[in-house]
Parts: sequence; structure tokens; C-alpha cells
Amino acid sequence: MTRFIGRYLRELVNPRYEVRAFIHQCYTIGYSSLALIGTTGFIMGLVLTMQLRPSLIAYGVVSQLPVMVSLAIVREIGPVISALIFAGKISSSIGAELGSMRVTEQIDAMEVSGTNPFKFLVVSRVLAATLMLPLLTILSDAIALYGSYLGVNIKGHTSLQLFFSDVFDALHYGDVMPALIKTFFFGAAVGLIGCYKGYNSSKGTAGVGLAANSAVVASSLAIFIIDLLAVQITDLLGLN
Amino acid sequence: MSITERYRLAQMVHTDGPVIKVSNLKKGFGTRVVLDDLSVELSRGESMVVLGRSGSGKSVFIKCIIGLLKPDAGSIHVLGQDLAALDHDQTDQLRSHIGFLFQSNALYDSMTIRENLEFPMRRHRNTLVREQLDEHIIKTLTNVGLAHTADMMPAELSGGMQKRIALARALVLNPEIILYDEPTSGLDPITSKEISSLMTGIQEQYNTSSIIISHDMSCVKRTADRIMVLLGGKCYAMGTWAELARSNDDNIKQFFE
Repeated sequence: MTRFIGRYLRELVNPRYEVRAFIHQCYTIGYSSLALIGTTGFIMGLVLTMQLRPSLIAYGVVSQLPVMVSLAIVREIGPVISALIFAGKISSSIGAELGSMRVTEQIDAMEVSGTNPFKFLVVSRVLAATLMLPLLTILSDAIALYGSYLGVNIKGHTSLQLFFSDVFDALHYGDVMPALIKTFFFGAAVGLIGCYKGYNSSKGTAGVGLAANSAVVASSLAIFIIDLLAVQITDLLGLN
Repeated sequence: MSITERYRLAQMVHTDGPVIKVSNLKKGFGTRVVLDDLSVELSRGESMVVLGRSGSGKSVFIKCIIGLLKPDAGSIHVLGQDLAALDHDQTDQLRSHIGFLFQSNALYDSMTIRENLEFPMRRHRNTLVREQLDEHIIKTLTNVGLAHTADMMPAELSGGMQKRIALARALVLNPEIILYDEPTSGLDPITSKEISSLMTGIQEQYNTSSIIISHDMSCVKRTADRIMVLLGGKCYAMGTWAELARSNDDNIKQFFE
């Protein structure tokens, strides 16, 4: 895996960029995940608000609901849940696609035709995953906050303006930026693990299934490990 | 790659002598030796068939020639160039003179037939404009009798048609050498005969040299100028169809019975 990451970094900066393949992957990876991540975000915001409301009422701080929900979503739940959904959808699909291409000798055919398959298949996918996940997370957070606003209004009444005014008052640079930065690492991990598992898939259809499955498991684990490291780093930097 | 190197590489395809020269080739996987001290030459315009039992190293042999596998020892010269001495760009440039037909066809299943044929050209004929590309692709597809499939997906085609498309993709850069890995496997006898005829037609039309791996003896008889029998990782016998068919050696006779 370390050698695979090293090769990725080398091929990433070496000239002869596969721009068309990269744009195609941005569309495939980003656009195809929009609906799933958007829906998840909406449900996440709505449910979190409805679950928190009774507890906050018990403590007499229900007015802090937008603040608590927005901090939870933007700092932790939004990035991690989006990344896990992304891993389930993208990492498995990359693992299966590249695994199947390996088994049917399509990767060898690319090499024989003079195209660098690593650059064409791996670099374009990992880079697209790295850049698309942060954008999807921003969208997911926004939809989750809107879901939360609807959740607040199920049993109460708050204007949209007042709700988002509370939200933006509560959020600071130290809440938004570290959370956004870690999504680049989540995206890179999802892309790299999916590509590694697929590209090095053993022969046979069982190998393809195994590549897809292990890509999801390893990506999900990697997301939690990166999250743990990110929390430690932001804590050391005094951003928590 | 410098302009001088490009010029040298472009010129080398016109040099005399064997187009492929394999000397003392050794290749193994773990403790298992697959190719052991194999030496063979292929002349310009010649078609050589490699016969051997399953697992005898036939595919490994042609994968070493195209550079997909690295030999453990020995040397391979293709069109006058020592494969081991070439860098990545030079190997890619050399590969543009070699067509490779995979046993599984290896068509890119997420691309149309047109895109499959365009793929090698993006890298090696990137100065061509859209109209020239299209013209060349349709001409190549016409040569294999499938011009009407340009905008279809590989999954929409039969096994025989996929084989023809794979052959068209191997031909799209007008290679001087074609390596065929079991070109008729999995095909019915009629389609198999059509593919064999197509191969001999291509050989005459494009004046290519070829190495063919096949178990299909009717294809072997139809296409081979010379046959090499691979046994124990070595060249066990070499000769024309007529010469080998007369042999009393049990290891050779079993292929011709």
C-alpha cells in the first residue's frame, strides 16, 4: 500500500496529464453521489434535531438547538457520515470496476497500447475522489442544516433567518476549516483504497467481489482512523 | 524522449534481420521455471505458431516479448531494440509497432467500439484531427467486416464479432508485428475458420510478422509458416506443418493426431 501511495504521488506530478479521464471521473464520482449524500444529509439534520430537542427542553436550553445541531453537523457528523456513504458507494464501485478490468486483461491491454494504466485509471479516480468529497460534504452540511430547520419547526416555530443567524453565529473558522480539510484526506483514502484493492485484485470473479468488499471495509476503517488523528491534531493546534 | 531518439526508433523498423530475436530467455514464478533457456527468431513477414500444452509458458513467452512480464534472464530484441535497455517512453513507442490480440479480447467494456479503437491512437497518433481519426477507424473496421458496429458497445456483439474488433484494435496502428494469444479459442468451427482466414488476409495486406499461440490445429495449419513446439520451457521442435506432421516423436505426434 505504501508503494502504491508513493507511485500515486509520483504519477500525480509527472507530466502527460489525463485531463479528460479526470473530468469524466469527477462527473461519475461527484455527480452520481449527489442524490445519495444530499438525502442522507437531510435525514441526518432532521433526525438529530428531533432527538436532541427533548433533552434540551429538559435542561431548559431549547433555544440552543440550532447552535448544537450546527456544531455537531459541521464539525463531525457531516464529514464522517458523508465520507462513510461515499466509501460505501465509490470505494466498492472503484474496487469492482478495476478488479474486473484486471481479470479481463483490460489493464494489460491499456499498457500494451502505450497508455499508462496507473495514470489513466488510478490517478484520475483518486484525484477526483479527493476533490469531490469536500464539495459533497459542504452540500450535505447545507442540506442537513435545512433539515434541522424543518425539524425545529415541527414542534415549534423559528424563522429561516433567525435559525441560520444562530447557526452562523455559532460557527467559527476553527469549526469549519479543520472539518473541511479532513474531508480531502477522507476522499483520498477512499479513492486510494478502492483503487489499490481493484488494481491488485487476484484473478477470478471471486477476486473482484473480494476487492469491492474489502475496499469498503478498509475505507470505512481508514475514515475513523483519519478522524481520530484529525481530532488530535486540531486539539494540539488549539482549534477544539 | 529526444527528437534524435524518436528518429532512431522510427528508422529501426526498416532495419534488416529478424524482427524478434529471443536469446536464452528464462522466466519463472516462485520456484516454478516456466521458460528455460529459450532462444528463437522471427523473420520479417513470417508467421510462427507456438504449440504447447496448457501451462507450458506460451502466453508467458509473448507477454515477455511485449514487455508485460520481465524475463529473469536472457535478452529480447524487437525490431532491433533490446527491450531491457528501453525506458518507459521508448517501450511505449516500440509497442506502437506491435499489435496484441488477447485471449479474452480485453475490449474496454465501458467504451464504444469506436472509442476502443481510438484509445491506442490518442497516444500514438495524437496529431490526427477528428475526421482523419474517424476515417482511419472506419477503414480498419471495414477490413474486419464490422464497420457498422462503430457506435455499439462490446457487450452488444457476439464472441466472434468481439474477436474481430479486438483484431481491429490490434491493427489500428498498422503494426509490423502481431502477437495472437489463442485467437480462435471459444469460437465455433465456422467462426474460427473465418478468423483464421482474416489473419492470413491481414498478414498479406499489412505485411506483418506474427506469433500465434493456438491449440486449434485447423487454425495452425492455415496460418503457420513455421511451428515451434514448447516443452519443459524449451523449444522442443521447430519446423513446418508438413515436417512436424511426419514426426514419429510422441510429444509432437499428439498435437497432429
